[in-house]
Amino acid sequence: MAFLIGEAMTGGYGGADILHDCTISVEKGQIAVIVGPNGAGKSTAMKAVFGMLGLRQGRVLLDGRDITALSPQDRVAAGMGFVPQNANVFTSLTVRENLEMGAYLRQDDYSITMEQVFDLFPILQEKAAQPAGELSGGQRQQVAVGRALMTQPSVLMLDEPTAGVSPIVMDELFDRILEVAATGIAILMVEQNAKQALNIADRGFVLVQGRNRFTDTGQALLADPEVRASFLGG
Amino acid sequence: MIRNGLLFAAMAAALILVGLFQSWNVALAILNLQLISAVMALGTNMQWGYAGLINVGIMGFAAVGGIAAVLVSMPPVPEAWRAGGAGVLLAGLALAATVAVTVLARSRLEGRAKMLATLLVVAVGYFVIRRFYDPAVDAIEAVDSARTGYLGGLGLPILLGWLAGGVAAAGVAWVIGKVALGLRSDYLAIATLGISEIIIAILKNEDWLSRGVKNVTGLPRPVPYEVQLQREAWFQDLAARWGQQPELFSGVTVKALYAVLFLIVLLAVYALAQRALASPWGRMMRAIRDNRDAAAAMGKNVKRRHLQVFVLGSAVVGIGGAMLTTLDGQFTPGSYQPLRYTFLIWVMVIVGGSGNNTGSILGAFVVWFVWVEAEPAGILLMEAVSAVLPRGSALSAQLMDAAPHLRLFLMGLILLVVLRFSPRGLIPEPRR
Amino acid sequence: MTDVLNALVLFANFVLVPGVAYGAQLALGALGLTMIYAVLRFTNIAYGDTMAFGAMCTVFATWWLQAAGITIGPLPTALLALPAGIVGAVLLCLLFDRTVYRFYRRQKAPPVVFLIASIGVMFMTNGLVRLIIGPDDRRFADGGRFIVQAREFKEMTGLAEGLAVRSTQALTLAVAVVVVIALFWFLNRTRMGKAMRAYSDNEDLALLSGINPDRVVFWAWVIAAGLATVAGVLYGLDKSFKPFTYFQLLLPIFAAAIVGGIGNPVGAIAGGFLIAFSEVTVTYAYKRFLSYLAPDGWAPDGLVQLLSTDYKFAVSFVILVVVLLFRPTGLFRGRVI
Repeated sequence: MAFLIGEAMTGGYGGADILHDCTISVEKGQIAVIVGPNGAGKSTAMKAVFGMLGLRQGRVLLDGRDITALSPQDRVAAGMGFVPQNANVFTSLTVRENLEMGAYLRQDDYSITMEQVFDLFPILQEKAAQPAGELSGGQRQQVAVGRALMTQPSVLMLDEPTAGVSPIVMDELFDRILEVAATGIAILMVEQNAKQALNIADRGFVLVQGRNRFTDTGQALLADPEVRASFLGG
Repeated sequence: MIRNGLLFAAMAAALILVGLFQSWNVALAILNLQLISAVMALGTNMQWGYAGLINVGIMGFAAVGGIAAVLVSMPPVPEAWRAGGAGVLLAGLALAATVAVTVLARSRLEGRAKMLATLLVVAVGYFVIRRFYDPAVDAIEAVDSARTGYLGGLGLPILLGWLAGGVAAAGVAWVIGKVALGLRSDYLAIATLGISEIIIAILKNEDWLSRGVKNVTGLPRPVPYEVQLQREAWFQDLAARWGQQPELFSGVTVKALYAVLFLIVLLAVYALAQRALASPWGRMMRAIRDNRDAAAAMGKNVKRRHLQVFVLGSAVVGIGGAMLTTLDGQFTPGSYQPLRYTFLIWVMVIVGGSGNNTGSILGAFVVWFVWVEAEPAGILLMEAVSAVLPRGSALSAQLMDAAPHLRLFLMGLILLVVLRFSPRGLIPEPRR
Repeated sequence: MTDVLNALVLFANFVLVPGVAYGAQLALGALGLTMIYAVLRFTNIAYGDTMAFGAMCTVFATWWLQAAGITIGPLPTALLALPAGIVGAVLLCLLFDRTVYRFYRRQKAPPVVFLIASIGVMFMTNGLVRLIIGPDDRRFADGGRFIVQAREFKEMTGLAEGLAVRSTQALTLAVAVVVVIALFWFLNRTRMGKAMRAYSDNEDLALLSGINPDRVVFWAWVIAAGLATVAGVLYGLDKSFKPFTYFQLLLPIFAAAIVGGIGNPVGAIAGGFLIAFSEVTVTYAYKRFLSYLAPDGWAPDGLVQLLSTDYKFAVSFVILVVVLLFRPTGLFRGRVI
């Protein structure tokens, strides 16, 4: 059984279902990527795993524990970190304060975690006293990931972390994400840049209209001619 | 439909009970203010209910209507016109010229020059205006200041003043709307609140225009005076036939005549408001209210529509304000309080049902009735509480003094309860 | 030279000192209003009456202390009574939050519904204040009247013009400085303060970070009610306590908060002083001031008053409208409502 698993999820935002019997899972220390065409329900699947969407059927398990009924806030407390696609930093707070807010739930001394985040993203240490709103797009994403890491989560969920950043910054972000995974954290992310994302993924989920279409390792999916033709632009 | 009829019938029954147990004079006094409040509530409902505009400056428009009634109906004061009429007119011309030159300069110039020119024109204009205005005002206010000290009015029938009240309020609303309607909803609320305070401040302080806090009293009436009626032989006969004291009966008759006039206005405004609401214009208004962006995307000129409805609603409030001043027979700028003239009207609209004209009228009737009757009820309540206290204690005296303020508390409570448990009001807007 | 000094003293006496005191009062009021806006995201029409309620509680506590013979020397007893007033206002605000606003918050109602609800709260608070203390003027200031007296100042300096600083004016400034420092320390240094800023900045992300919205809202009311009470008491000490004047203060306070950039504490302070000084300078009669500076025989005839004092509301209003039209986020980049 996988560390985090959204099993046979069916549901939507009221009205019609968007997800149909959709299953997503990720192991500790691995990277799982959800890809697929526009409107395939990628972000919705992610939100369902995080509890931002009511499920009609299916369940979500974290480390064997059924967390289907927990609110997103409670899931954060249970060890899930989530980085939304938009508005994912406190723009008027400094970088350091953003990280502190990430650690809001922690009662213990989190200075070591902050050092680790600064080690991972050295630019953040440099800009620690600057309001996050003044940072570039790529730097903001680093703040956002850093904020989510401050809770010392066992799972990190990223909703399109490379949206709107340059290819160079994207590569760098992916490198960092690999480093985070190497520390033993399970990483689940939704990506538009499917090829690059599958390159670093241990597992890939190709969704079409809210259903699992292909599920395999990242390399296998990249190698699959059908996947290449339909979803990776050849 | 049946439910609405029952609600209005219950209201009528309450008034009849007041007539039977308190007096018909009181019942008619309540009815008159209910009718006037209903007109104002209709105006407010046009702005808020049709278009979602928050106008927290109802008081100002009511006062503009009131001063219009004064300026139409009071006799002119020729001495004052001789003393300072020319000066005031010149000051007015200077003001118009300043505004015109400013607008012209702003349209012709750019950048720093634009700002400098604006400041310069405004500064020069200010001193030119003061040059004419100050001596003229002093001269006017010196003319028999105990009795007049102002320019007076036109000496026309006061019913014309109601029309003028609507027109004047519309004019003021147009100017305000041009400036403030671009603002988002919360800012519009603050802006209108401020404007209404400024209008009252002007009416309180520009004695040459409104006699300020010296008040204008003895306004001409659209109905006969009580003493006139009492002298008429036919009236004495009528009173005798109905077994009434002529003195009391004359009071009731006068109030009833007012009520007829107010009712005619209310019904006319109501009929027009209903037609407007059902027309394509009304549908477009609601479309803009419910989804401004979509309406704008479909090519509707949102700002223009808002200006229209703001002006129309304010005009209706202005008519109500003129009617109120007529009923009072005097214009007293010091008596305009936002709680009574702005927020109470808002309570009426919300309680009655936003977006529903019939609801606004019912809301005005109910809320005004409670507002008036809460006072005697409060005193009764306080007497009951005081009865258990030692006779003549300081606390019981304090309670009796406090009784009239209970109704403010009650109004807030009613508003909050309706907003919470029946947010669409007594008569909800029909879902179309 | 003496003329210039006289002119400066005159200006300080009638413009600078009253302007600073009034500005501090407005700034405190605007800070409270801006806190409510930042956290609860609505325009609170009931805020003026919250000030009146807090001030009223303080007045009662002051009277009680005075009757008990407890005073603090030259300082007004009201200073000692202030905590009681703050507690009263906080309790009132929390009560209304529980019974009124929380419901709409859970519903995620649009801001305009909150605004209308605040009209109901305004009526109730207003009625309560009038029920309890009545609509009349109440004096509750005691202690020393002046720090610097005009006559002493004249004797000391030999100038024709005197400078008077009332103790309430000095106290207003001192209290305002302390309160503002404490507030900024809270907002920038404490966990709760930062959480409050985070919540104001990005509510969803704050929730994701585990910030408890109920706690944030609770503290926002506590701070706003506290600031309202302090501002209301200082204003009452400086002028006098009368319920209706607090409603009228609403306009300049709104103007201060919006001009500075609503939701921005620094802006609220700047806005408070800007509005206060505009009001005072525009309605001050410069006749004597100018007659000191002008050559002999050139002294102005009139009062040289730009606008009658009765129009001071117009000043805050005009500034408000101009700022809204040309810079809707305010001078210090607040939010756009």
